[in-house]
Amino acid sequence: MHDLSAILTPEYVSVILLPALIAGVAVSLCASLLGVSLVLKRCSMIGDGLSHVGYGTLCIAVALGWAPMKVTIPVVIAAAYILLRLSENSRLGGDTAIALFSTSALALGILASSKANLTTDVSHYMFGSILAMTRGDVIFSVILSICVILVYLLFYDKIFAVTFDENFAQATGLNVRFYNLLIAVLTAVTVVLGMMMMGALLISSLMIFPAVTAMRICKRFRGVVAAAVIISVSCFLFGLFLSLLLDTAVGASVIIMNLLVFAAASLCTALRRKPA
Amino acid sequence: MAYITCEHLMLRYESLIVQKDLSFTVEQGDYLCIVGENGSGKSTLMKCLLGLKAADGGTMQFGDGLKRNEIGYLPQQSMIQRSFPASVREVVLSGCLNGRAIHPFYTKEEKARAAEQMECLNITQLADRCYRELSGGQQQRVLLARALCATKKLLLLDEPLTGLDPLVATELYSILQHIHDSHGITVIMVTHDVECAVRHAKTILHIGKNESFFGSCAEYEKSAVGQRFLGDSIQPEECAGCAHTHTQSEDEEGRSDA
Repeated sequence: MHDLSAILTPEYVSVILLPALIAGVAVSLCASLLGVSLVLKRCSMIGDGLSHVGYGTLCIAVALGWAPMKVTIPVVIAAAYILLRLSENSRLGGDTAIALFSTSALALGILASSKANLTTDVSHYMFGSILAMTRGDVIFSVILSICVILVYLLFYDKIFAVTFDENFAQATGLNVRFYNLLIAVLTAVTVVLGMMMMGALLISSLMIFPAVTAMRICKRFRGVVAAAVIISVSCFLFGLFLSLLLDTAVGASVIIMNLLVFAAASLCTALRRKPA
Repeated sequence: MAYITCEHLMLRYESLIVQKDLSFTVEQGDYLCIVGENGSGKSTLMKCLLGLKAADGGTMQFGDGLKRNEIGYLPQQSMIQRSFPASVREVVLSGCLNGRAIHPFYTKEEKARAAEQMECLNITQLADRCYRELSGGQQQRVLLARALCATKKLLLLDEPLTGLDPLVATELYSILQHIHDSHGITVIMVTHDVECAVRHAKTILHIGKNESFFGSCAEYEKSAVGQRFLGDSIQPEECAGCAHTHTQSEDEEGRSDA
């Protein structure tokens, strides 16, 4: 265990920890909001697929010396659109189409990075590096997260309608395709931001865990959304604290916190159902 | 002009043509039941009427001031996710979205409309309950309230009775009758329950693989296709709550069955 007072010098806190904290909270918020819709629409796989595509694109961007985030975001948004279309129309079935598409993108990226001999540099993004983000990255992440949250809140009612019953929403004149695309685009942005911090391997569970836990506790949609946000942000904060204390990877620590909360919630509901 | 005019519709289910040449109209104030055996294209027709799918041939026109987004819809129970966490109020309110301009949140009028429909269907006391914890009949009322939030003109129902016990089904029929009679809402219902259909509907559309029928209930009962279809399955006691008295021919069929 580390002596925290030794690490937490004022300089470390203001230059590294505080920006990471702000960006992390912002992205955790986005991830939990979108996670609720993804889980309820039964397309949790899209988050995972997008993180594969994102990682692949990132590898290519780094290999070619481009700015990673600014290249990756548009590409992943495009991929979100394609994945959505694939899962609507594909004869293979949505899950299969997503798996094929996203692993291919990942393979392309790894191919590019191995040709350019950049493996060490790129593996950062596999597991995330929240404490190594530049000030520019942090500001960019926070601005985008705020946009995601605002758009989500503005369209909250419609997102509910599309998530609950797509056919009814479409039959009564809502542009379902647009709102599905909106959800996919917001997811894409969140996945890329989360990938920089938590790593490509972990971002999809950051979206799914809080939503699933919240669904065990709450019975109303609004309650589920609120609970997911609270769970997600507090797990991030505890996870970050734990990783400083025990010197473990941030992303993994946050996910483990989520897992613990999920287990506790499951246990509680199980006990409530069977009163002793 | 009628609310909906369909001429020479062709319907496909995946690559199979299920209907080649289907023509019918839905007038304002009508109560139309769509019946037919499984696989004859009832649900596909419903999807076309709802605009979820384009017809594969022929024309479908909306008239008499009816717009696409003025349709209320009650889906099959199985189409809704039963484990979805949502309160009754949230579900009913979501029916109000279609009339919405750009403003992002529900207005006072929309909330009042939702409250009015919940009152009408006697589910006000359930407003804060969780949708997934309600009984099948209660869930159906919630979805009906949502559909009524979406329309003042036309209500489409897709097999609304599947999975409901007879008592609840009877109750749903009388609610529908009330909505039709006193709110002046036109009803189109897909059902496999032919006996109840002829008892409640004004007009019947029978779509079969080889033969189809469109006309009033009385005509349907006299028609060859109607008699064959009704003859198989008539069981008057199943529809005990129906307000209509049974017609001569039905009673005969019932007796011969027994």
